[in-house]
Amino acid sequence: MKRRVVVTGMGIVAPNGIGLEAYDQALRTGTSGLRHNEQMAEAKFACTVAGVPQGSDEIAEQYFAEDELMAMNSSHRFGCIAAADAWTDAGYDRPAPGDDHVFWEAGAIIGTGIGGLDTVGERLVPMVDAGRVRRLGSTLVEQVMASGVSARVSGQLALGNKVTANSSACSTGSEAILDGMERIRAGLAERMLCGGTEGASHYIWSGFDSMRVLCRTHNDEPERASRPMSATAGGFIAGSGSAVLHLESLDHAVARNARIYAEILGGAVNCGGHRQGGSMTAPNPVSVQRCIRQAVEDAGIDPLEIDVINGHLTATGADPAEVRAWSKALDRDPDNFPIIHSTKSMIGHGLGAAGALEAVACLLMLQGGYVHPSVNCEDVHPEIEPFGGSIPHELREMPELRTIVKSGFGFGDVNACLVFRRWSDSAPSV
Amino acid sequence: MTREEILAKVVEIVRPFAKNKDALETAGPETNILEDLKVNSARLVDVILEFEDEFDIEVEDEDADSVNTIGDAVDLIEAKIG
Repeated sequence: MKRRVVVTGMGIVAPNGIGLEAYDQALRTGTSGLRHNEQMAEAKFACTVAGVPQGSDEIAEQYFAEDELMAMNSSHRFGCIAAADAWTDAGYDRPAPGDDHVFWEAGAIIGTGIGGLDTVGERLVPMVDAGRVRRLGSTLVEQVMASGVSARVSGQLALGNKVTANSSACSTGSEAILDGMERIRAGLAERMLCGGTEGASHYIWSGFDSMRVLCRTHNDEPERASRPMSATAGGFIAGSGSAVLHLESLDHAVARNARIYAEILGGAVNCGGHRQGGSMTAPNPVSVQRCIRQAVEDAGIDPLEIDVINGHLTATGADPAEVRAWSKALDRDPDNFPIIHSTKSMIGHGLGAAGALEAVACLLMLQGGYVHPSVNCEDVHPEIEPFGGSIPHELREMPELRTIVKSGFGFGDVNACLVFRRWSDSAPSV
Repeated sequence: MTREEILAKVVEIVRPFAKNKDALETAGPETNILEDLKVNSARLVDVILEFEDEFDIEVEDEDADSVNTIGDAVDLIEAKIG
């Protein structure tokens, strides 16, 4: 029998709120964190809107030592704040200086899509090209290596189990959570800090602008620029930030009387192999449906039990295909389709952090019994008109909310899907 | 610039890298940068770069390797700015 895995802590650094309380409030009120971005404007981007967490440097200065801060770019700061908050939210104190204890039962999988490019763009390339390699200093490698954030977190929290960073483009954050769940299920760890982080840098976003996949039609009204499922969706808005979940075996959580947010019933990841319509940048629709079905099967639930779909839904032309894929995979027509919405409508697309940022939204909704609005799609895309009734344009109080599925799809034709269920006293005992 | 002035500047440069802030308050020529101040050894590279900027000098790798104490740093800098 599989060991059950629950979420007992969360940390969030999002464009529309840092900390669970602020994020929860922003989600409930449909508050956008998207703003005009001057760096993008100066660099002549076609899209000049982005989502950047506000006030994270001040928090980082409170949390971390001076010598640590000198080695932490935006991706590190976001990720380390989220991890520290998840740790303390789970009821653990951050280790005091000089404390030599190692938590052998706890690890971290904190991934990133492109993190560290701000350091590459601002320091590495200009200095190397100018022949100033010896002036790069000692902190460069740890800021550009893919595992830099999980490595930093492991030192800050004295983690002794598996510590690594996954990377699967825009499904990174969801995949990290699934990987952590599997490790705990397998009995190899009791606690895992899992999530994703993505820095705030126009260098990260530049390639997407050149691909013409960023929205260039709403620069004058940033809060309306991210328009998933809308007829006037014109591409995604780049976001940034980090979210980390403190996953724990149910046994361990119960033994220490931990507060439990939700259970991760199951999930799945796969790849479309760039076949059957899939490519580096487009999902194979067959693989998307397989991933969803496998996740539901792994969770051991009937598709009819799904109350809410927190979609990948980025506001590109792929949205209608995603909605159709959900319908087919769950075998649920428009007349009995679950609620479907997009957290990206408020925070933009956090790339490697997206899955984790949105997973925290799912968990807060399960905890609070509500569904946040999917903003900016009053004009539902004509191809998904029949599903229009399933899209919440306003906050929906939903005390009976039990089950949310969360998907993430990424470049490389990769998919991830997670199933969360509200925790309650009525949950079957171990 | 006097030795005392150099020493004061060296201590300020090392300050953000030092884990042991108490030892910093009583730091003198004999204070070992790694062992007493608990500076991460990898960060010595950054400390030396800061010396270069602050005193407008260039420190060769061999010279940098000879810096163990605050006094070693003061000696090196004093010789360079001669």
